[in-house]
Amino acid sequence: MSEQIALSVNGKIISVPSGATVAVAVMLADEACRTSISGEPRGPLCGMGICFECRAVIDDNPHSRTCQIVCQAGMKVRTHD
Amino acid sequence: MIKKTYDIVIVGAGIVGAACADECARRAMNVAVVDCDVVGGGATGAAMGHIVVMDDSEAQFALTRFSQQLWQELRPELPADVEYEQCGTIWVAADEDEMREVRCKETYYGQRGVPVTVLDSACLQELEPNLRQGMTGGLLVPEDGVLYPPCAARFLMSRAQSRGAKTYFDSPASRIGKGCVRLANGVEFSAGTIVNAAGASSTSLTPGLEIKKRKGHLAITDRYPGFLRHQLVELGYLKSAHSITADSVAFNVQPRITGQVLIGSSRQYDVEHKQVDNTILARMLHRAQQYMPGLAHLSTIRVWTGFRAATPDKLPFIGPWPEDPSVYLATGHEGLGITTSLATARLLVNQITGADSPISLAPYLPSRVVSEHAHV
Amino acid sequence: MTKEPSERFDVLVIGGGPAGMAAAACATENRRRVGIIDDNPDLGGQIWRGASANPGSPAANWVARVRDAGVRVRCGLRVLHQPEPGVLLAEGPRGPCLLTYEDLVLATGGRERFLPFSGWTLPNVMGAGGLQALVKSGLPISDKRIVIAGSGPLLFAVAAYLRRQGADIPILCEQASWNSIARFGASLFTQPGKLAQAVSLKRELLGVPFAANSWPVAAEGHGKLSSVVISRSGKLERFECDYLACGFHLLPNTELPALLGCQIQHSCVWVDDLQQTSVPHIFCAGEPTGVGGLELSLMEGQIAGLAASGTLSRAKKLFNKRDKLRKFARVLERTFALRPELRRLPFPETMICRCEDVNYRSLAEHTSWRAAKLYTRCGMGPCQGRICGPVTEFLFRWRPDSVRPPVFPAFCESLAALPNPAPTRSELTGAQL
Repeated sequence: MSEQIALSVNGKIISVPSGATVAVAVMLADEACRTSISGEPRGPLCGMGICFECRAVIDDNPHSRTCQIVCQAGMKVRTHD
Repeated sequence: MIKKTYDIVIVGAGIVGAACADECARRAMNVAVVDCDVVGGGATGAAMGHIVVMDDSEAQFALTRFSQQLWQELRPELPADVEYEQCGTIWVAADEDEMREVRCKETYYGQRGVPVTVLDSACLQELEPNLRQGMTGGLLVPEDGVLYPPCAARFLMSRAQSRGAKTYFDSPASRIGKGCVRLANGVEFSAGTIVNAAGASSTSLTPGLEIKKRKGHLAITDRYPGFLRHQLVELGYLKSAHSITADSVAFNVQPRITGQVLIGSSRQYDVEHKQVDNTILARMLHRAQQYMPGLAHLSTIRVWTGFRAATPDKLPFIGPWPEDPSVYLATGHEGLGITTSLATARLLVNQITGADSPISLAPYLPSRVVSEHAHV
Repeated sequence: MTKEPSERFDVLVIGGGPAGMAAAACATENRRRVGIIDDNPDLGGQIWRGASANPGSPAANWVARVRDAGVRVRCGLRVLHQPEPGVLLAEGPRGPCLLTYEDLVLATGGRERFLPFSGWTLPNVMGAGGLQALVKSGLPISDKRIVIAGSGPLLFAVAAYLRRQGADIPILCEQASWNSIARFGASLFTQPGKLAQAVSLKRELLGVPFAANSWPVAAEGHGKLSSVVISRSGKLERFECDYLACGFHLLPNTELPALLGCQIQHSCVWVDDLQQTSVPHIFCAGEPTGVGGLELSLMEGQIAGLAASGTLSRAKKLFNKRDKLRKFARVLERTFALRPELRRLPFPETMICRCEDVNYRSLAEHTSWRAAKLYTRCGMGPCQGRICGPVTEFLFRWRPDSVRPPVFPAFCESLAALPNPAPTRSELTGAQL
């Protein structure tokens, strides 16, 4: 029985199983991770940290690759920033 | 072998060669440009892309100021991908000694009609909050700018081509002189005038030319809009640019329209290979972080090198080569190639056609006597 | 916060997937200090992501074997460059560190190849391995509709996995021809292990419609994916779905080997029989030497680990098995070669470089990767051309550049770190800060 962790995505509280990555939290919040240069919404593509499409701001750290970062309780994630 | 005949054959399709081609074509001259690489593929493609006035010498000031004004005139015609931005430069003073230099510059530029503002510590901090606290002040030069050099070179070349200029980019030039340009692939050109605009490769075409390669490193970050607003240069930059023998680094950062931060600068002599030197890179970034601590946590996505063409007296060669009446030089621009490309083209083509120039040509003539004293 | 420690190793393994773990475990048999590093939060690489969640599985067994052997495991670390021979600069969550080695095993793995088509940048269009990685990282997909497309055996493995997690798969599209697939199936008879896998996969995938000669033509949706149009033997068919898992086989990650001077041939790292590269003391194992799948990676990893630690006789005993598995790698390459129709998928406004948003039209006017990069900045974004490079190579036959450091985006402070930074006179006569 895995425990649940709570973090916020764009101010919304999201609950994820312990060990889930921030990319999953963003998808559960029904958000895309970032906006591309020409204004397209983008989300994870490669799932392994090399495409940089999954970037979001985590606790004020911009360009964080959310698919490589495990959720911690209380994290503040901002997308499209 | 049928020789192709042109009024002018320009060797080198960097920003200087492209500007010269544009100027020649504008004056309805029959011009060809030869290179072994794409337009702007050499130092131009590696360059920071700043448009700055410099006060290192009267001649350097005259050339940079004239050229800066030409860029400002050209600005409305530049396409979006040239990314021209008049972000201004701030010369940063870290102590009272450097502040004195700031005041000297203020006087110098004031006398010559270049608008500048002296910034005290508080003003500087407000304009650039990511500079380390405790800087003494700086000098803001609001008419300086930045652009993206490869696209600028490409614009100038395209404009030249639209007016009839021809390009031959398959093969390097192997020999120039006596009205003839020969490429390595055997193609030959017959030219009334040959222009050596080959930058760091100029000496292989014009033996005896005193040009040395000065290698530079640059790094660019990911997009951090608002981190940096102006080009920033430390006043020690001039000390670095002056040093002839030592490897040196100096703080020089530039905002791109994209929000990326371009970080420089470094200078090395007698290095022929273009591989990134991780030691110099580390020193350069270390220096940059001393001025802007926040750089430490910016993601750096690319590092590259380039070779500047340096002359003994830090002024370019613009004009006829004394040993061959058919050869003109437009090379040796060191770190000011982008800035002075337009003026170089104007002055060069004036000389070829016998037209008058708005500034004195003497300091840039290849025939100038270069004494030992010039090696500072 | 404590800093990321710098460490010395007798054998250092880069990459914590099957090849890397095999190398590390084997290297301990004859050397004192063995280390393994990986960018991901845990060992396992891509194919064995979340290995520890399955005790008793081959994946979990290798992880246990690595830890029990006393290998120093450091996850969350990325190599940036080589400041001097025998030393690597790496970056982790606590900052940069220097890793010193006597022998190095590069097990950097492979990545999926992505090809562009209309709408491929929509959220919820992912790689096949990409979606699997996310599901393993906690994404719930029970009862979600997932179209799987592209090429390569990974599609089958992913389909089986997703099905086990409760997903509904309306179709699995393979771009290779029916003939190629049939020949591939036949070749499995020569590799008994693989045949058993294939049979069990077939069982798991009963009921999943499979189509060869098929590929995605368009992904559709507003703000995120809602449907996919497939070309199925020439006919177009639309499938509503929640996700599109699409990848076109694998590419070797050769960037770090290239940076270190290893000879690259036909996009793969050249190695001799002992998995040694053209650079002394640097070995390479797994997908970077040629994409060949799990068993080959394990075999090459073992050989590399044994060779790096000097246990040559044991290494040589594995040559036969490895060479047999290499034959399979060549079959894979032939079977899943990309068909030319895929070059015609992008429209003029289809994005090619996703980091810099450069579309097909902007690129098509250039004649080389170099020119395209210079004028459009394609390939100059944070992916450093890992995604768009292979795309342009396929679409335009452009050859990639040489690799420069940093081989992965790095914090400035990491690149400013050195063994012995020595300021020069110019820096000292500048202001003392």
